[in-house]
Amino acid sequence: MKKTEFHFKPHNVGRWFIWSLFALMLFVAPRIWTSGLAQTMLTQMGIGVIACLAYNILLGQGGMLSFGHAVYSGMGAFLAIHALNMAGAGTLGIPVSLIPLVGGFAGLVAAALLGYVSTKKAGTPFAMITLGIGELVFALTLMLPEFSGGEGGVSSNRVIGKPFLGITFGPQIQVYYLVAVYCFICTAAMFALTRTPLGRMLNAVRDNPERVEFVGYNTHWVRFMAFTISGFFAGVAGGLGAINAEIVNGSDVLHAARSGAYLLFTFLGGATFFFGPIIGAVLMVICGVLLSELTKAWLLYLGLIFLFMVMYAPGGFASLILMNLRVAAFGKLKKLWTSYLALAGTALAALVGAATMIEMVYHRQLNEALGPELRFMGATLNSAGVDAWFGAGFLIVVGAGLFELVRRHYVHEWGEIQEDIEKEIKRREAL
Amino acid sequence: MDQVFINLLNGLSSGLLLFMLSSGLTLIFSMMGVLNFAHASFYMVGAYVAYTVVGIVGFWTALLFAPIAVGLLGAGFERLALRRVHKFGHVPELLITFGLSYVVLELVQLIWGRTAVTFTPPALLEGSALTIVSSAQQGMSLVLGKASPEVCAVANCSTFPATKAFMMLVALLMLLALWLLLTRTRVGLIIQASLTHPEMVEALGHNVPRVLMLVFGSGCALAGLAGVIGGITFVTEPNMAAFIGAIIFVVVVVGGIGSLAGAFVGSIVVGLLQTLPLTVNGSLATLLTSLGFTVTAATPGYPLLRLTMAEVAPILPYLLMVLILIFRPKGLLGTRED
Repeated sequence: MKKTEFHFKPHNVGRWFIWSLFALMLFVAPRIWTSGLAQTMLTQMGIGVIACLAYNILLGQGGMLSFGHAVYSGMGAFLAIHALNMAGAGTLGIPVSLIPLVGGFAGLVAAALLGYVSTKKAGTPFAMITLGIGELVFALTLMLPEFSGGEGGVSSNRVIGKPFLGITFGPQIQVYYLVAVYCFICTAAMFALTRTPLGRMLNAVRDNPERVEFVGYNTHWVRFMAFTISGFFAGVAGGLGAINAEIVNGSDVLHAARSGAYLLFTFLGGATFFFGPIIGAVLMVICGVLLSELTKAWLLYLGLIFLFMVMYAPGGFASLILMNLRVAAFGKLKKLWTSYLALAGTALAALVGAATMIEMVYHRQLNEALGPELRFMGATLNSAGVDAWFGAGFLIVVGAGLFELVRRHYVHEWGEIQEDIEKEIKRREAL
Repeated sequence: MDQVFINLLNGLSSGLLLFMLSSGLTLIFSMMGVLNFAHASFYMVGAYVAYTVVGIVGFWTALLFAPIAVGLLGAGFERLALRRVHKFGHVPELLITFGLSYVVLELVQLIWGRTAVTFTPPALLEGSALTIVSSAQQGMSLVLGKASPEVCAVANCSTFPATKAFMMLVALLMLLALWLLLTRTRVGLIIQASLTHPEMVEALGHNVPRVLMLVFGSGCALAGLAGVIGGITFVTEPNMAAFIGAIIFVVVVVGGIGSLAGAFVGSIVVGLLQTLPLTVNGSLATLLTSLGFTVTAATPGYPLLRLTMAEVAPILPYLLMVLILIFRPKGLLGTRED
């Protein structure tokens, strides 16, 4: 058919730029951070990005709060590791680079089977059902040692077959690039999904299911489709994880803590924005690897951050970044930066005080035998003496008090700036 | 036979414990629309608080004090955190209780340590409540308390611990008190009215947010009470919340979301389902064999068929939940379709 009218369709330069930047970052990251630990972390981040984005199809785009998404990434991991073992034994002719797809299809099938029941309801019942199904699959899998390897898990070897163009997947860097390629493709595919009619209907089902029913769509079916797609991508992440770790242990990959981590970090990153879960996944690996080394109480800090995020910034870190970018775009950030400095300073004081107390309690709880002294932030504290406790308490009180003063001032300023920006937008529209 | 009877009692008692938890959960859910993910955490806090207080004031005061303390904590959480996110909708409300469950778990480990504490029942509740003596000559008989060793030397004795009997007693008393409170008192009538017509109740001059805080606090107090009793009966450890947390959601889904009677039926069913199969040593394989099929290791699905009933008992409640969702999505006694 010949076009009868001319449509002006400019290239979306911004989008091309961002995606190229994303690809470039994936490409150069392991060349900037070259240590073994960094490469392992980068690989895990790539896997985490896929998993959290898959989770966000449910949470952010569908409004479905799942407590059992580890089921689908875990099933993907198990099927992938079995496929890898079969490929290694020569019974299945599949290259290692396609193993994650096996995981993806495992996740898809599992989500199609269990998703029909799960997605019958939305909202709170959905959350309860996914939690129950998560526990069911977890317990059942550990009962079948033929499938799950029992307590020890299933281990494998990813270096199989002849090298293809010199790629054996032996060195970590090659696994990283495999993950990076999958990460880029999956991110692009999931972004594309948000632009399809299905993706749009999913948003509609999240916002107003009753109206969607009146328009003539079946909300259960829309949720089910989204659930299976999400299961597929979660399975791909699981399969990549299996290749990366070369071992899959049911009490790790299927555990409720894994599902909880997906939820927690996807929300912290920002569920209402497409790129939010990417931030969340990066945080997930940093917290899991670095923060947990630093302190035993890391889950407590994480839980507290999460609580405050739910209360004060439900859009996660992504929304904080975007809101300040908007302020910066209107050239008003210079008004705020002193407040930010004051906020950060007072919050840091209160946090150091609180952290000192928490660490001292933990020290008394866990390392009683090592004596009352502990090293914290380069200082030696005596957890049995009054001084350290008093100092920490003083820091908390002063820090929190000053923080509250600064916060009130900041909230006032922020409100004024937002009003100014609204006015400015109105003025520009009127031009 | 005696073992079956003891198991039946065990199942009933654990069902009643589940009811103590699921009733609070249901009350909060039907009043506020909030699924309290941290409900089992309050249960755990109840056990730990009682453990600490017992050393100072004795068990019976602790039994009263711990639920009140947990209730105050719950009310404080509602006032300071939950009420703030109420305007964002139900998902953030669920998220904030989810975050709370993390924080509570870590705080409990921070204060009381990562290993189990020894929380023993008082002298009155130690030992057994009743003993079933079954001997070949005299058949079965029931002895209150502990049977004498001479009797047990010649006959088969099965005991039922006093703590579990106490658990049943407290749960039934609580059920009665809850029912009286909700149907026979002024507060209960206001609560029921706020359930269906919050605006009207507010127009009549009642402070609905305060009623909600009260309900959340009482629900948590019930969980705390269950915690004290669960603590002396089972192990008081940081895992106890995760252990029971998922099951109470199953109870609520099976019984029907938002129905107190449903929560009761669901609790009993799930409690029995968890304990009764423990005595059955058969599996699907033995069933098929007795029906005349030959089942060997080569039969397809043998790993599944081989599992005995005792082994699969922990997952039966979850299977029941899936079946209920397929065939009766609103739950056994539920009235809400969505």
